[in-house]
Amino acid sequence: MKDISVFDIIGPNMIGPSSSHTAGALRIALLAGKMVKGGIVNVKFILYGSFAETYKGHGTDRALLAGIMGFNTEDYRIKNSFSIAEDRNLIYSFEVNKTNKDVHPNTVDIVITNDSGKTTTVRGESIGGGNILIKKVNGVEISLSGDYNTIVVKQQDTPGVAAHITKILSDHHINIAFMSIYREAKGEFAYTIIEVDEKVSQDVVAELESNSHIESAMLIEV
Amino acid sequence: MNFINAEELLQLCKENSLTISQAMLKRETKISGASREEMINRMTHAYHIMKEAVQQSLTQEIRSIGGLIGGEAVKINQRRLHGKPVCGDIISKAIAYAMGVLEVNASMGLIVAAPTAGSSGVIPGVFLAIQESFHFSEEEMVDALFNAGAVGYLITRNATVAGAEGGCQAEVGTASAMAASAVTQLMGGDPVQCLGAASTAITNILGLVCDPIGGLVEAPCQKRNAMGASNALISAEISLCGIAGIIPFDEVVDTMYKVGRSLPRELKETALGGIAATPTACSMCRG
Repeated sequence: MKDISVFDIIGPNMIGPSSSHTAGALRIALLAGKMVKGGIVNVKFILYGSFAETYKGHGTDRALLAGIMGFNTEDYRIKNSFSIAEDRNLIYSFEVNKTNKDVHPNTVDIVITNDSGKTTTVRGESIGGGNILIKKVNGVEISLSGDYNTIVVKQQDTPGVAAHITKILSDHHINIAFMSIYREAKGEFAYTIIEVDEKVSQDVVAELESNSHIESAMLIEV
Repeated sequence: MNFINAEELLQLCKENSLTISQAMLKRETKISGASREEMINRMTHAYHIMKEAVQQSLTQEIRSIGGLIGGEAVKINQRRLHGKPVCGDIISKAIAYAMGVLEVNASMGLIVAAPTAGSSGVIPGVFLAIQESFHFSEEEMVDALFNAGAVGYLITRNATVAGAEGGCQAEVGTASAMAASAVTQLMGGDPVQCLGAASTAITNILGLVCDPIGGLVEAPCQKRNAMGASNALISAEISLCGIAGIIPFDEVVDTMYKVGRSLPRELKETALGGIAATPTACSMCRG
């Protein structure tokens, strides 16, 4: 757990009206967008719980779309994100799911299609005060806060991959704050989430990807 | 330099002859690794956002997304300028500004969540009113925000500032305690008096429920921010004249948390109880 900063209390600086339903929603989409390679051409948001009930009055829809486009929580363009998305030829839609009650009250699934037609699905929860957690990527349960620079590695579930990852990070003097491995099923795909203290260069990401068992590595900078 | 409760904070201040602001700044530079100047610049930016939000509410026509609020700050300010405000100049200013920030927030304008968006009017309301009335410098106001931040940090760490978890007492109550402590320091109070004022502010709002009409951050949130601002000034005044707190801050915070947890779900931001569940409120949500 990160130390509570004075700027978590006097902050975040944000477009209103709600830290959980506006700023938090934006941060989920911002992180989700960063987990996708290439340009985003289509995005679908599925809203659950309180998000599903009150999203219009909180501008949750506009904030989610703004996050996908890479705006931060202070950006005045959030209010006009629908028309900006249309100008950018980004296709978007919203779905409401009021039947699934077995989720955190502020949950959204984001289905993102990139310019090569690949689809990524990310589930996020807005847990209060603008803080969030990414809980699922393509059906695999993970936990990612976005408080640190993060490397997300998609790999084959086979021996030696974690050693490869830590060796490269060690060579670049990158200190690991938190590291977790999540897998779909034995021998199939797994995700390694590494939260680090330092800035990470794209060279590190390229080196990680040089391993034939690693399908992709992504850097999420905060 | 770190502290996890008010007792440790007061000890630190006493041993090192620090104000609460100074102790909080030292803690922040330690945990973040950033310089004192960076911290002050970042806080100055936050204060400017607060000021701009107030200015916007007084000069622009604002319509909230939910349509329940808009235009209140101008009305209060006009009455202050042309009439005889029943609560005097400083409280009249504080409540106008606090309500104005909530208008900006509800219209998707830029605000500083302090500690939350729903309670974002209290600190700007109190700070701007105090600065205008007593002519404090920008530096002194920014320094006082670190004092407010220390109080908010202690409550976040040891209880909650989320309405969904603790009700409005956790949101507006915390904002009010933060502002009360900061004003006490600005007006020459020592760290004990600052936390005494913060304790009074929370105690006065203890038990307040979170019952937003339609689930929106508009009403009754906006008027409760006005109440939180005036409660901060009252609490600072009580402490500054030497009336000591009876219950220590840590115990008050613990109590607030217990009361919050014992509130039923209907009264914690679900819009299922309180004012949100009145026939009139319900007919508005359906419309």
